Amino acid sequence: MKHLLSAADLDREQAITILDTAGELAALTDRSVKKLPTLRGRTVVNLFFEDSTRTRISFEVAAKRLSADVINFAAKGSSVSKGESLKDTALTLEAMGADAVVIRHNLSGAPHRLATAGWIGGSVVNAGDGTHEHPTQALLDAFTMRKHLRGGSGDLEGVRVGIVGDVLHSRVARSNVLLLRTLGAHVTLVAPPTLLPLGVETWPCDVSYDIDSVLPRLDAIMMLRVQGERMHDAYFPSALEYSRLYGLDSSRMSKLPDHAVILHPGPMNRGMEISADVADSPRSLMVEQVANGVSVRMAVLYLLLGGMKEND
Amino acid sequence: MPIVLRGARPYGEDAVDLVIADGVIVEIAPVGSATGDVLDCTDLVALPGFVDLHTHLREPGREDAETVESGSRAAALGGYTCVHAMANTSPVADTAGVVEQVWRLGERTGLVDVRPVGAVTVGLAGERMAEIGAMAHSEAQVRVFSDDGKCVHDAALMRRALEYVKAFDGVVAQHAQEPRLTENAQMNEGVLSGQLGLTGWPAVAEEAIIARDVLLAQHVDSRLHVCHVSTAGSVEVIRWAKGRGVKVTAEVCPHHLILTEDLVASYDPIYKVNPPLRTSVDIDALRAALADGTIDAIATDHAPHPHEDKDCEWGAAAFGMLGLETAFSIALKTMIEPGLLDWRGLADRMSVAPARIGGVREQGHSLEVGSIANIALVDPQARRVISSENLASKSRNTPYASMELPGAVVHVLYGGNVTVRDGALA
Repeated sequence: MKHLLSAADLDREQAITILDTAGELAALTDRSVKKLPTLRGRTVVNLFFEDSTRTRISFEVAAKRLSADVINFAAKGSSVSKGESLKDTALTLEAMGADAVVIRHNLSGAPHRLATAGWIGGSVVNAGDGTHEHPTQALLDAFTMRKHLRGGSGDLEGVRVGIVGDVLHSRVARSNVLLLRTLGAHVTLVAPPTLLPLGVETWPCDVSYDIDSVLPRLDAIMMLRVQGERMHDAYFPSALEYSRLYGLDSSRMSKLPDHAVILHPGPMNRGMEISADVADSPRSLMVEQVANGVSVRMAVLYLLLGGMKEND
Repeated sequence: MPIVLRGARPYGEDAVDLVIADGVIVEIAPVGSATGDVLDCTDLVALPGFVDLHTHLREPGREDAETVESGSRAAALGGYTCVHAMANTSPVADTAGVVEQVWRLGERTGLVDVRPVGAVTVGLAGERMAEIGAMAHSEAQVRVFSDDGKCVHDAALMRRALEYVKAFDGVVAQHAQEPRLTENAQMNEGVLSGQLGLTGWPAVAEEAIIARDVLLAQHVDSRLHVCHVSTAGSVEVIRWAKGRGVKVTAEVCPHHLILTEDLVASYDPIYKVNPPLRTSVDIDALRAALADGTIDAIATDHAPHPHEDKDCEWGAAAFGMLGLETAFSIALKTMIEPGLLDWRGLADRMSVAPARIGGVREQGHSLEVGSIANIALVDPQARRVISSENLASKSRNTPYASMELPGAVVHVLYGGNVTVRDGALA
């Protein structure tokens, strides 16, 4: 495969290959010299139309550990705000010989356009587009869950995952539903009806409005960031009511099975979707998610640029 | 010397010679019997020249996308003899000065009858009524008023506009889009919009405004025209209103008769249009409504945009598609070929009805002796592959590029003059 635009691009075998490769590459971080020569002489561009220091740094570290040349292109103020157009930016990168473009964009489908409009010849990795998808986040979440719940190998058959929060605006949720399904997990989305997209009943998952009824059955719970200003658009009446009905605090945490783990894609709104004591508890894997993000992105770059075989 | 349309088949019926002199049809004679300047029309169907109720000519203001002249060329090549130029230009066509300018540019070009549409509100801002009377009484004699591109969402203002235009038998053409339900809307709201992460444009945002407006039109006994109807639910509301005797008419765009929202999955903005592409259920309902007359007319919503406004991300792209040069082919493919309309029915939906709705007395005449010779001669057997490179429009944003479509417009007469001959401008 050439691009990673959507978690739906991956079949089970490809997804497991990425996770297994990430596991091997993770061993690198335990060495004193953390570099592999694999992508020496290759150029990876981080094209970020939207601020996201953590994702950008994660991709940058991943590419550098594979010895790629990394160019950070912060194109804040896209064509929407009359800056340079995506097309002209792409043509510039193509002229500079970019082998892979990691793109983060505030508009859904921008990575898809970049990959299919004929502007560039290299690989495109979606690092989050609008309210559409964020496939490497789903991969790192799957990697983290697999490590804790399945001993770090195989798929996630039978694992029960709750994804709680603003599904409507969440690219993390979309990618996770698709990838977790591919890996055999059972997903339940939990949110107030206003924060669920129309047609969610056709998605390959269950849906609930009641977090408390879902908690006792979960192996993993993923809390999505909820922007407080959503209440101004009448998605919910107040931050306080949201937190009361859907937030994960220590009393709710106690309803989870003992083995269940807690994930959050970050950045967290402490006190909103997650309380400080839950965020800081040993069951919360946020810091590990960040570390795993580097390994997973190394695996993606390695396989896209080094060549992962195309499945029929 | 009279022009002889030799062997033409009016409404697809028996071949005749149509003889044109002094701008009117003067004789209908047996094939081969008439003499004059002969135009071979063997196997061509003769129809009254098409009338478009919904065209964006972009002049004044966006002459990089289209001009009255380039749009007139596109219209003529599409079989049109009259277009209604929408008001969302820059400056907005909300004064007698602007509508007269557009009207004069149309006269000077002389390829089609260019009828300016006047804005309902000043600057399309939806706050104060524009000088509707001045536009009606200007040289342009405006009869259709629309804030197209924006909805007249203020119910009181809409009521007053509907009442006001009665003084000169005008009509308010509503772009039915509830603004709060469609903030930042990008595509039809449904399962696909949720998957693609594009903000949805729900059908109810169109249907709710139409429902309100037909009730207002009934209350004040005024004429309402609904622009670019796109949903099955809207069809139901209009059918109900017509059943109650409300003076409502409606149009449907060619693209809403053939293209579905599935195309949006490509994120290619060539498919970005307002109202958005809907579902196959909606297409079936719209075709049926056009067939039974619930929807009165086909209108193109020809919306030229410069290439850079489509060669970008979906969310950054402009809404709109070209339509003038392909409308007949889409109508042939979606309505004639499946047997939903016959040629007389098509003539009604593309010429007679829109001329009546727009109050254009010189257009939409039957093909009979004494009628003004606005005539399109079309070849239903032809097939052509659409290319965005050889359109008369200044813009390239056709959604049909590389599609093979049936039918071709071969000759066109406007006011008795040949504007198109053998598929090219005369």
